[in-house]
Amino acid sequence: MRYIDEFRDGRLARGLAAAIRRDVAPSRLYRFMEFCGGHTHAISRYGLADLLPENVRMVHGPGCPVCVLPIGRIDQAIRLAIGRGVILTTYGDTLRVPASEGLSLLRAKALGADVRMVYSTQDALAIARANPRREVVFLAIGFETTTPPTAVAILTAAAERLGNFSILCDHVLTPAAMHAILAAPQGVQIDGFVGPAHVSTVIGSAPYEPFADDYAKPVVIAGFEPLDLLRAIHLLVAQVNDGRAAVENEFTRAVTREGNRRAQDLVARVFTLREKFEWRGLGTIPSSALRLRPEFAQFDAERRFAERYLVVADHKACACGPILRGEKRPSDCKLFGTVCTPENPVGSCMVSAEGACAAHYTYGRFRGMAA
Amino acid sequence: MKTACTRPLDVKRGRVDLSHGSGGRATAQLVEELFVRELHNEFLAQGDDGARLPRAAGRLVLATDAHVVSPLFFPGGDIGCLAVHGTINDVAVMGATPLYLAASFVLEEGYPLADLARIVASMARSSREAGVPVVTGDTKVVERGKADGVFITTTGVGILRDNVDCSGAHARPGDVVLLSGPIGDHGSAIMASRENLTFETPIVSDTAALHGLVGELLDAVPQMRAMRDATRGGIAAALNEIARQSAVGMLLEESAITVRAPVEAACELLGLDPLYLANEGKLLAICPPERAEAALAAMRAHPLGGDAAMIGRVQEDAYRFVQMNTRLGGRRIVDWLSGDQLPRIC
Repeated sequence: MRYIDEFRDGRLARGLAAAIRRDVAPSRLYRFMEFCGGHTHAISRYGLADLLPENVRMVHGPGCPVCVLPIGRIDQAIRLAIGRGVILTTYGDTLRVPASEGLSLLRAKALGADVRMVYSTQDALAIARANPRREVVFLAIGFETTTPPTAVAILTAAAERLGNFSILCDHVLTPAAMHAILAAPQGVQIDGFVGPAHVSTVIGSAPYEPFADDYAKPVVIAGFEPLDLLRAIHLLVAQVNDGRAAVENEFTRAVTREGNRRAQDLVARVFTLREKFEWRGLGTIPSSALRLRPEFAQFDAERRFAERYLVVADHKACACGPILRGEKRPSDCKLFGTVCTPENPVGSCMVSAEGACAAHYTYGRFRGMAA
Repeated sequence: MKTACTRPLDVKRGRVDLSHGSGGRATAQLVEELFVRELHNEFLAQGDDGARLPRAAGRLVLATDAHVVSPLFFPGGDIGCLAVHGTINDVAVMGATPLYLAASFVLEEGYPLADLARIVASMARSSREAGVPVVTGDTKVVERGKADGVFITTTGVGILRDNVDCSGAHARPGDVVLLSGPIGDHGSAIMASRENLTFETPIVSDTAALHGLVGELLDAVPQMRAMRDATRGGIAAALNEIARQSAVGMLLEESAITVRAPVEAACELLGLDPLYLANEGKLLAICPPERAEAALAAMRAHPLGGDAAMIGRVQEDAYRFVQMNTRLGGRRIVDWLSGDQLPRIC
């Protein structure tokens, strides 16, 4: 397929891998965090780890939207679906996230809740239009990539005076999470970041500049194709070798410094910062998520149904937190592959194919075992 | 005395109602005018509760398969031909020659008779083409909302070939994995029609009866170890089943597995992996290495195996992993599917 095959070319990949191998200093370790779940997935799916030298390690970051969603947020959605009888719509990946009492949205559906998977916010609106007597709630999750479509849905609903549509707003912000990781009191063992692909098309590359300037960490924004990743890793190696820390953009075919102004304006019209938000694994982070502006309060399901967020603790032995912060690897977790598997995920990193644990389990666990 | 006159079934405008499942006159009429008329053969004509079949010369293979596809009509086929092909294929990959089918229908109250007639006609056509008649059947009607239009369960009987001993438990390290063509057509055709996606080249289901291909393959290489039609869960599920049954691992070559361009495009758009998409007309075969070339040649000589390829090898592995060398030069596991394939978010 054009514009895909070019970025998955095996020969070019081996060439880039050879260049990386040639340039790394054998005496040091290079630890790069790919923030995005899309990158985690690509690394696993294409077996990129095998192409990298031993001393280049990829640390899987928290950029998987369902992985950072705390249990209490899914509980809210389930309470609305079961207790209030709403039609609960959301993206496919969210359906399996484990919630309290052994439930998930998928299991709530089996219990009779009206839970429907949608591909876009437009589908959720269509369901609301088709069911004027039912309340339709869209569980809006995701980073800056999925926020503009939610903004469009809210503006459309407002223009159409769609009285039965509302959202549970769990949209989160990438730079805030990166700050939280870098500002951790215990310090971080990360030498640089592979910056998000789709998120950056919206926010641009400028928001990453503080990470280079204030924390002296190189950031290279990369597309989701395997050659994008290898090229970004090569650029990161060069920055580390030179002792530089700058924001570089490998994904120039889609990302500019300013990003997508129209999308940013839409988001600014509809959303405002939440004071704080609890992230699974990373704890409560100030100014790290969005809520609807007061003028759109009628579309805010939390207000409409007076549905309060209740904190629910993660499983004690679950290492999703340290894994999302890059402190531990999936195989370091006691639960990994024993009680926690993709069929029965305990922690959120096991839920989505983009999650660090699920990606390692599904695509790479032979590595740990063959040794 | 006058003979009772029954008005013929209004196939054009009529709908299934509960009387069609009551076992009374309406049931008899539906069976007679819709099912028997289309599927007619000497066994069905016996009109009894079961079919009396000729004495069989060999060991029997029995397979059954419930079909609940949604939508019922999709590009390249419908639930009718699917129900015929699916069970014929299950019998065939056991190394048997399929002989007869039985079909059970669960109909939802309110389902248009015209659509039902199209489905039955499609079953009749595919069973005639395959030379495997539907010799007995049953019809039940459930209330509106208790089924999704039409469910069809088909059961097939076949005769095992004498010199063949195929089983998922017979794969051995060193064996070669063969695949009859490009993957993911059926699964992506269904997904695309559910999501109303259209492509420049439409995606068409690959639904087909594989017994002809299997027959020619076994004529050439009766030593085949295992065969599967890679349906639900795709080739990933089928190969993992064989690996588990045989207590072996496998190593696939991604570059040898082909995916048609529109299928690949649909997968990119919907966030799906073709390895896990259903096929309804693709044969996976495990073959001893010394017979691999002959098996491949036999497959390629058949119209349904023109693109057959060697896609990997069986290897020793205590963990029974199916692994794959990626096009990029890395390696990954091709694991069982966890739950349904759900689209990723960003």
